[in-house]
Amino acid sequence: MMNIALSEMQETIRMVQMESLDIRTVTMGISLRDCADSDFEKMNKRVYEKITSYAKNLTSVAETAEKEFGIPIINKRISITPIAEILGDATKEQAIELAKTLDKAAKKLGVDFIGGYSALVHKGISKGEQTLLDALPEALSVTERVCSSISVATTRTGINMDAVQQMGLIIKEAAERTKDANGIACAKLVVFCNPVEDNPFMAGAFHGAGEGEVVLNVGVSGPGVVLNALRRYPDVDLGVVSEVIKKTAFKITRAGELIGRVVAERLNVPFGIMDLSLAPTNAVNDSVAEILEEIGLERVGTHGTIAALALMNDAVKKGGAMASSYVGGLSGAFIPVSEDNGMIRGIEEGALTLSKLEAMTCVCSVGLDMIAVTGDVSPASLSAMIADEAAIGMINKKTTAVRVIPVPGKKEGEMVEFGGLLGRAPVMGVNPFSSEKLIKRGGRIPAPLQALIN
Amino acid sequence: MEKKRAVVSVIGKDQVGIIAKVTNVLADNQVNVLDISQTILQDFFTMMMLVDVSEIESLEKLQEQFDPINEDMGLKINIQLEDLFKAMHRV
Repeated sequence: MMNIALSEMQETIRMVQMESLDIRTVTMGISLRDCADSDFEKMNKRVYEKITSYAKNLTSVAETAEKEFGIPIINKRISITPIAEILGDATKEQAIELAKTLDKAAKKLGVDFIGGYSALVHKGISKGEQTLLDALPEALSVTERVCSSISVATTRTGINMDAVQQMGLIIKEAAERTKDANGIACAKLVVFCNPVEDNPFMAGAFHGAGEGEVVLNVGVSGPGVVLNALRRYPDVDLGVVSEVIKKTAFKITRAGELIGRVVAERLNVPFGIMDLSLAPTNAVNDSVAEILEEIGLERVGTHGTIAALALMNDAVKKGGAMASSYVGGLSGAFIPVSEDNGMIRGIEEGALTLSKLEAMTCVCSVGLDMIAVTGDVSPASLSAMIADEAAIGMINKKTTAVRVIPVPGKKEGEMVEFGGLLGRAPVMGVNPFSSEKLIKRGGRIPAPLQALIN
Repeated sequence: MEKKRAVVSVIGKDQVGIIAKVTNVLADNQVNVLDISQTILQDFFTMMMLVDVSEIESLEKLQEQFDPINEDMGLKINIQLEDLFKAMHRV
């Protein structure tokens, strides 16, 4: 007698072949702290050698596991120690050189992205961190696979508004430098409040200070699987909806955990965490927005969107938490606009607005993600947008982020293509009233009462 | 040696010779079949076989031998380690 019933096997095969169940990423975290050196050339060489030797077999081992288990692993990625921490007194030009080195290492290894061209400046900005910020627009425009994240706020420290101010300018400049490619550099840059140290997803992955020498983290995907599961229960009440999502999330996560552990073991690297996020793609039906619509909205963005999203996000966590022994990363639903056909349609039809997207970030895992805005937006408005998201994260003790692309020369309503997993997005307008004075004040927004928990 | 088992799944339009073709490949590779179950639903053939792959070094090579059958008969034959199914459906 078979241990697994025929119907169960069919379910797994259907999930993979017809409902886009996949492992979104296996991400190897590598500490680069021992690469620091006062001699830049030495450091540059060490960084390249360490990454290319530690992750030498990442792609091949992941591809073998993919074939043996019959589940696609879409991306192989690397996260590294926030680069600002090892820059020391390197110059801006050297920091850009280091970004190119990281890009070269990623290409040599055949990994899709390398994350960690990062700085944690949520309270203050050190010398190396300022160098990184100065280098950022150019570094992101001359590299392809390097991703950057900047932490500007945490619940424990408050919001560093000086850093927030700089980020508005940096995003504008990065967009301008890649104007021929619709400002694509900004798609590789995320501004965080309360970032996590073991996130396997890009652009926000970095290998945090509390991490070990090397680790393997896994991120699953699977909005399509959840959507199809819900379609089989069109008339049940919301308690049952939650239950269906929970059970589905459990199965998806178990698949991810298994593959993650196998890959980690074969690479002889400790398994870190499983990130339970539902990450959409532009594949048909692989959409978080469509799950919300299946729950009962005519279009995503209408009244009730937040309630449906809160239910879904919570159910995903509950199902996933039991399925994995170490849950980490961001673990919730992502709502990137350009990577989700349902979100795109919601905006095109006027149901979903920037304000509603902001509100949605209060109850799901991250924030304003992959949103294209008009090219003439002012740096201060971008900074203020970041400040708003940071405030939501700070007060609610959660991660929030902004990954926004001010597309040069584009106006509200136009469609821009970013290509690949990054998808396409309708350009959104921003509030025309100025936030200049708020941003110009600078300084820090003090840590909230929520921080005083000792 | 630890037993390694895999699931061979065959999905497609029902026709003469499916099981013969699939089991031929398995026999050629000295793969023992442990269990078979199949259903035909509206002309749609689904078969799952549990096989012993303890002696098989590369599932990929085995999969490659199924690929020509897939093309000839318009089927979808896949071989995957059983662990995946266990992980997803058993606590």
